[in-house]
Amino acid sequence: MASTEIITPLLGGGLIGLAAILLMLLNGRIAGISGILHGALFTRGAGNWRLLFLAGLVASGLIAKLFFDSTPSVPALPLPLIALAGLLVGAGTYFGCGCTSGHGICGIGRLSTRSIAATAVFMTTGVLAAISFHG
Amino acid sequence: MNSFVSFVCGLLFGAGLLISGMTDPSVVIGFLNVSNMASGQWDPSLMFVMAGALGVYLPLYHFVVKKRISDNKAPVYAEQYHLPKAQRIDRPLLLGAAAFGLGWGISGICPGPGIVNLPTGSLTVAWFVACMLGGIYLASRVMRR
Repeated sequence: MASTEIITPLLGGGLIGLAAILLMLLNGRIAGISGILHGALFTRGAGNWRLLFLAGLVASGLIAKLFFDSTPSVPALPLPLIALAGLLVGAGTYFGCGCTSGHGICGIGRLSTRSIAATAVFMTTGVLAAISFHG
Repeated sequence: MNSFVSFVCGLLFGAGLLISGMTDPSVVIGFLNVSNMASGQWDPSLMFVMAGALGVYLPLYHFVVKKRISDNKAPVYAEQYHLPKAQRIDRPLLLGAAAFGLGWGISGICPGPGIVNLPTGSLTVAWFVACMLGGIYLASRVMRR
């Protein structure tokens, strides 16, 4: 297996974990991207830290684009299907209180049974959808 | 300082997603599409990303943050820890997670990589993020959290 399948994922994952635990230790917040988005959309006033975190995410993407010319290979799917996927991700993370980061990393990291259950469920339906649409 | 930490954590988190390959939907789909296992084309990356992230988060949470909480210490730059209070595995959690997984498996994009990929100028990503925000809005009209 190539290093892009083990070494860089481990290092990148470690950096994700470091960013998430620093946000908890220093600011007392869960680094769940969907929760941060929900809060940024619906919390008046005190939502500043969320906008700054999101700005940091965008800045990382901008740096990658400008200096490393990173281009994601997005699946060639019809736009209505992308729309359906976006709606499912938005509504699903709202009802399910989290996504890959909030449940998969912070939640499992705290050994939350809700997050372990949610992660098992979205991994399962994710596998089913990927096989159905890309298998 | 709290604001600076928020921005820097976002920046580091995004850098982690980029380095790990998770901002590339084809890598995510390559992991979720386990039908590739037989032909040796399966991409295990996401498993190692989770291992790397949990390898840092889990021990530091349990040995540092939890201890601070039980010692009644506040976060370094905030007044209190904000932790989810819900305990019960209920229907909205499971149905929501199921719906999220379907959308994730179709597109290969989850919320973090969607935001990080916005500056690439990909119309597909922008369209996905717009619809994701629409989904959050619609869901909030159905159920207040």
